[in-house]
Amino acid sequence: MPNMSPDKVKMPEQEPDVRNKNFLEVALGYTPEMAQEEAKRCLQCKNKPCVAGCPVNVKIPEFIQHVANGEFEKAYEKITETNSLPAICGRVCPQESQCEKLCVRGIKGEPVAIGRLERFVADWFMQNSKPQAKSIQKNGTKVAVIGSGPAGLTCAGDLVNLGYDVTIFEAFHTPGGVLMYGIPEFRLPKALVQKEIDSLKQLGVEIKTNMVIGKVLSLDELKDEGYKAMFIGTGAGLPNFMGIPGENLNGVYSSNEFLTRINLMKAYLFPQYGTPVKVGKNVAVVGGGNVAMDAARSAKRLGAENVYIVYRRSEKELPARLEEIHHAKEEGIIFKLLTNPTKIIGTDEGWVKGIECVEMELGEPDSSGRRRPVVKKNSEHIIDVDTVIIAIGQSPNPLIKSTTKGLDTHDWGGIIVEEATGATSKEGVYAGGDAVTGAATVILAMGAGKTAAKAIDEYLRND
Amino acid sequence: MYKIVKKETLSPAVKLMKINAPYVARKAEPGQFIILRVDEFGERCPLTIADYDREEGTVTIIFQEVGQTTKSLGMLEEGQDILDFVGPLGVASHFEGIKKAAVIGGGLGTAIAYPQAKKLHEMGAEVHSIVGFRNKDLIILESEMSKASSKLIITTDDGSNGTKGFVTDELKKLIEEGNTYDLVIAIGPLIMMKAVSNLTRPYGIKTVVSMNPVMIDGTGMCGGCRVTVGGKTKFACVDGPDFDGHEVDFDEAMRRQLMYKNHERQSLEDHKCNLGGETNA
Repeated sequence: MPNMSPDKVKMPEQEPDVRNKNFLEVALGYTPEMAQEEAKRCLQCKNKPCVAGCPVNVKIPEFIQHVANGEFEKAYEKITETNSLPAICGRVCPQESQCEKLCVRGIKGEPVAIGRLERFVADWFMQNSKPQAKSIQKNGTKVAVIGSGPAGLTCAGDLVNLGYDVTIFEAFHTPGGVLMYGIPEFRLPKALVQKEIDSLKQLGVEIKTNMVIGKVLSLDELKDEGYKAMFIGTGAGLPNFMGIPGENLNGVYSSNEFLTRINLMKAYLFPQYGTPVKVGKNVAVVGGGNVAMDAARSAKRLGAENVYIVYRRSEKELPARLEEIHHAKEEGIIFKLLTNPTKIIGTDEGWVKGIECVEMELGEPDSSGRRRPVVKKNSEHIIDVDTVIIAIGQSPNPLIKSTTKGLDTHDWGGIIVEEATGATSKEGVYAGGDAVTGAATVILAMGAGKTAAKAIDEYLRND
Repeated sequence: MYKIVKKETLSPAVKLMKINAPYVARKAEPGQFIILRVDEFGERCPLTIADYDREEGTVTIIFQEVGQTTKSLGMLEEGQDILDFVGPLGVASHFEGIKKAAVIGGGLGTAIAYPQAKKLHEMGAEVHSIVGFRNKDLIILESEMSKASSKLIITTDDGSNGTKGFVTDELKKLIEEGNTYDLVIAIGPLIMMKAVSNLTRPYGIKTVVSMNPVMIDGTGMCGGCRVTVGGKTKFACVDGPDFDGHEVDFDEAMRRQLMYKNHERQSLEDHKCNLGGETNA
């Protein structure tokens, strides 16, 4: 019998006033009973609209049926037929605009909690099962993957399963890309990301850290070292600044710097860890995406009294996930909407003391269909803050582009690829994820990694 | 893991280490730097490449023990490992067409000036080096610099060795004696690089400085190392670390360097407690 409740089974969470003082995970996950109850809300539709909404086409009704039956191991096998990082996707995918958006149950109530179920299955498997040592027939062909974020990890996972000798080259000392340096511990525990990476290593993927490709080796040199094909998954890690006065004052961070200090370098555990981070009493985070929410919630956890999200459009246009906006509000983040910074003001010693803003109102829709914010007259005002974090987006890092001959890119830095395959202008070189699209989502990067792995396999077979 | 194949004490607080890092050694050029992390709890710390041996696969770093990281590094011995060592990072120095150059090193900056002087010397340029130290006990790389230069002037602030006074006084003297330089390279504390740049500006001598801001990743992804050059924001890790000294906003750079002063002190004190009563250096 399906469970006809219009609402999702609630997921237990840490209380807002407790969690905004620690970095432990906010959402605690389903128990097996909760998962089975939620799984029974799935109607097992024949035409499966949810699957079409998933960029890697997870066999959703099938895995959910296994959950409903209490067959969690089978559910895991079903998910991992197409998704190699389920514990991560279940946590960070914007399901409301993907699989769950198309769920039939969402018409007259809440959609089935597909993300929570995926997360439950992955967590259950990690706790209760040991991955079988798969025996893969090796084909002796070397493939290089540049960057170990979601795109690179997925591509590497698929290729190693096809028998290739895969080496990932990572610039940082820790693999994982944005999963390690960007998304905070309270949304995505790092130990869990490490486990997903370790399972790839067990399959035979080699990961070389501290290797900045473009500096230490060029793509052409990798070819000389015997790599027959390459995948570029270097992401969009170049921070954008606003270009307003005062951005170089002490106390102004890019979100990348702020989050890297906290997540990768564990500055919230200073001085046990050697990297410091400086957060004042009053913090302004400029921007409205997931990165802005992550930065604001991290600042709160580091003891800031007032944390403001400063965003030039209205609540409706906030690009962050609904769940994160909701969590941020619960934790006491203050939203200054329709507000645009014009200048950062400093003390005589060069430290931030305020951010000058103007109010905005929404005018006519622009080419992207969003109503364009227009400055309200005589609305200049100053918000007193001592820390400013700029979270207005990232662009692809120019390093690979500038050191690789024959690799075509857009003016804004994105690598140009053939959409169906991820093939670049350079033979045998494929690309995907944020390096191609600009900053997007984890699951889209994974989808691009999968597409490229398939195309690389076809390319090498025909070679 | 990256093995320390050689360790040498150059002056009481300055140490030299040769690190086994074949990939870095293969590509390193003067002007570039590495980032290292001593251990799992460590911060990422940028250090300029002082020398390299492509065949041996080693990179030489020279560092002064000023804070927690450099002190922990200094305690490691030959045969031990550093956890992370990444590079070469930054843009290599450009020396094309330079016939005569003045290379100025201040304190530990001499270690960074040395590979530049050596490269210029090897290219056949006439190199006048001026290196300054607080006192005679702090002098480093005297014989190396001497080999790489057709003229070497050593100054000490207190006159305990060489000429008493500042490097700028000596540079001014050389310029006024009629030496025409195609290039002045100044490497050392910000205040010294600023003074050199101010000195050469009226003479119109091209002056390159090597900036040393706070860094995290060193690959251009965070902007922690940003400096204002010619009114524009640059990332020292990817656009530099070398910049035109006449264009750099030194006052801003000096201010930004103080951002973590209190944290640095705390880290150092905390670290001493762990070691059990290390005396203040």
